[in-house]
Amino acid sequence: MRARRGTETRTVVTGVIGADCHIVGNRILQMALEEAGFKVVPLGIMVAQEEFVKAAIETDADAVLVSSLYGQGELDCQGLRDKFEEAGLGRIHLVVGGNLVVGKQEWAEVERRFLAMGFDRAYPPGIDLRRVIEDLRRDLGAPARDG
Amino acid sequence: MGDRELWLFIDFGSTFTKVVAIDPATETIRARVQAPTTVSTDITEGLGAALRLLEREVGAGATYARKLACSSAAGGLRMVTVGLVPDLTSEAARLAALGAGAKVVGTFSYKLPASDLARIKDLSPDLILLAGGTDGGNEEVILQNARGLAALDLAAPLIVAGNRVVADEAAAILRAGGKEPVVADNVMPEFGRLSVEPVRERIREIFITHIVKAKGLQAAERFVEGILMPTPNAVLNAAVLLADGCPGEPGLGELVVLDVGGATTDVHSVARGAPTDAGAVVKGLHEPYAKRTVEGDLGVRSNLWNVVEAMGAQAPPADPEISPHAFRAILERFARDVTTTPESAEEAAVDAALAGIAAGQAMRRHAGSLEVFYSPQGPLSVIRGKDLRGVKLVVGTGGPLVFSPFRSRILREALFAPADRASLRPVDPRLCVDSEYTMFAFGLLGELDSKLAVRMLKRYCRPMDEGTGNGR
Ligand code: B12
Repeated sequence: MRARRGTETRTVVTGVIGADCHIVGNRILQMALEEAGFKVVPLGIMVAQEEFVKAAIETDADAVLVSSLYGQGELDCQGLRDKFEEAGLGRIHLVVGGNLVVGKQEWAEVERRFLAMGFDRAYPPGIDLRRVIEDLRRDLGAPARDG
Repeated sequence: MGDRELWLFIDFGSTFTKVVAIDPATETIRARVQAPTTVSTDITEGLGAALRLLEREVGAGATYARKLACSSAAGGLRMVTVGLVPDLTSEAARLAALGAGAKVVGTFSYKLPASDLARIKDLSPDLILLAGGTDGGNEEVILQNARGLAALDLAAPLIVAGNRVVADEAAAILRAGGKEPVVADNVMPEFGRLSVEPVRERIREIFITHIVKAKGLQAAERFVEGILMPTPNAVLNAAVLLADGCPGEPGLGELVVLDVGGATTDVHSVARGAPTDAGAVVKGLHEPYAKRTVEGDLGVRSNLWNVVEAMGAQAPPADPEISPHAFRAILERFARDVTTTPESAEEAAVDAALAGIAAGQAMRRHAGSLEVFYSPQGPLSVIRGKDLRGVKLVVGTGGPLVFSPFRSRILREALFAPADRASLRPVDPRLCVDSEYTMFAFGLLGELDSKLAVRMLKRYCRPMDEGTGNGR
């Protein structure tokens, strides 16, 4: 990843990890990001960890936003940070959201587990995407825009 | 008839120089002759020999108003491609080079270490394609690779077709190293989307301006108007013309051309390759509509042992009965001389068995694949590459296929097999043969008169008989 100037467009990769085929929320996320001025590389559904890594390399992405809706997020996301490390992108910004775990679990505990796995941010179900975008802008030092 | 105006199309092949004379007035092939290619001495000697044979067929006094050529002599157009991620920009660059009719002798990825650079120098390619990064994507790798290639002691021209943000900078680095780079549009401007046409165009231009001379073929240009393209490019052109037609002359629709040769087997698909199962998830690159792949390890002469290996435990063909000993002897005779043609029923059967294996393997590697995952609500299909199951026409070409009495059997080996559902090959196409083995000529003819080329392709790509096929 190159150091970017404040005004430069930030590139983010999105996709639904694992064998998960819930596309609707992921598309809404993509649209919200584009609306907010990000360049989005949408990988769609059933995205393997390697695909996220490869896409981030070619597109020189600043962040990767992983969706997981079907309850297997914990299994699917394990080792993702290591794969980026391995590919020389160890410092890439990693975000995860959706329905990360099965059933009702204490969010603080779920969040702790995903952060320990190497994600920079994890979001609970029903999160307001405006907040996600605000955080992302701040985390990437991206230009603010009225959206 | 002798004083008719004819058009000549010449293929300086690796083994034979082929000359096809077409009568544009009657839209017929007047003659097809061949003589051994003489590239190590003077390319025009072999051409002269072929032309003398031609004169014998068409009689003296014919005038040759147009003379166009293609070439795969002197090793063909040997290219090295460099990209970033192996199955992304590296694959895009490889597909672009293949589509231009090149022989890809090396594919490289990521930052090139000294050992890769040394390997590229050893390969001594005719042309290098440097890609890497989507537009606005990775800049670092293509720039570093430009620096590495700039310092390399190699005269080959280069095409830069990577991240457009730094393409000019990469070209400047190469120029500073005394290289001759040209810049083309990125082979993968956006993630997953290929754009191979602009690179193909640049490759063709460089072929005409640099490669023909570098290969010592320019002597032939005293006789022909131009050596316009590598031979496989002419065949792909013909495939596209036959499929798409041109304004005023409809084509036959999506198709696959399978070219079985002595050293390689080429597959050209002119098809979108959209998934035929509703609800399938498509992964990977969106491959080009006109896609060529070449299997450099699958040929029925110089690469015969690879084909035999692929045959595995499969017994030699049953009819006629051939003993393992006789089978071996035939293989050895074929392997010794690339120009050998079958001389007995047994040899024809062995030849066809080899060609069938090569055809099947080449088509399997060209076509997309299907993987089924089982999820709580049932099976989920994931398709990678082109789904060719719905393609309704397969055309066979290449000497070992066209001249085989078993040609429809060979071609059927390339089709979808219930035992191998994962390989998305055509299920139930019509089978045709390039009956006079003149596809390259129609590809060149397309440069002069595309309507005529489409009509002649439709006439000379003839339906194959069912059963054992009819030999010649
Ligand atoms: C429609 C649906 C399906 C459809 C999907 C169609 C499709 N191609 O999209 C089908 C029928 C195929 C399906 C199948 C399954 N489903 Co379903 N499905 C749903 C349903 C009803 C709606 C999903 C939806 O589109 N919501 C609307 C969108 C807008 O919301 P969203 O997806 O949550 O996305 C928002 C946020 O999560 C967030 N977000 C999403 N990604 C990210 C990423 C980041 C980084 C951030 C910050 C935010 C974020 O932003 C989005 C917009 O606000 C939900 C229940 C529900 N009401 O949510 C179940 C649900 C998701 N499915 C569920 C399950 C279990 C399954 C199946 C495993 C089994 C089954 N019951 O059939 C299979 C799995 C198939 C597979 N391989 O993926 C469970 C998941 C349980 C869990 N996680 O604990 C749910 C929650 C139902 C339930 N309560 O049990 N499903």
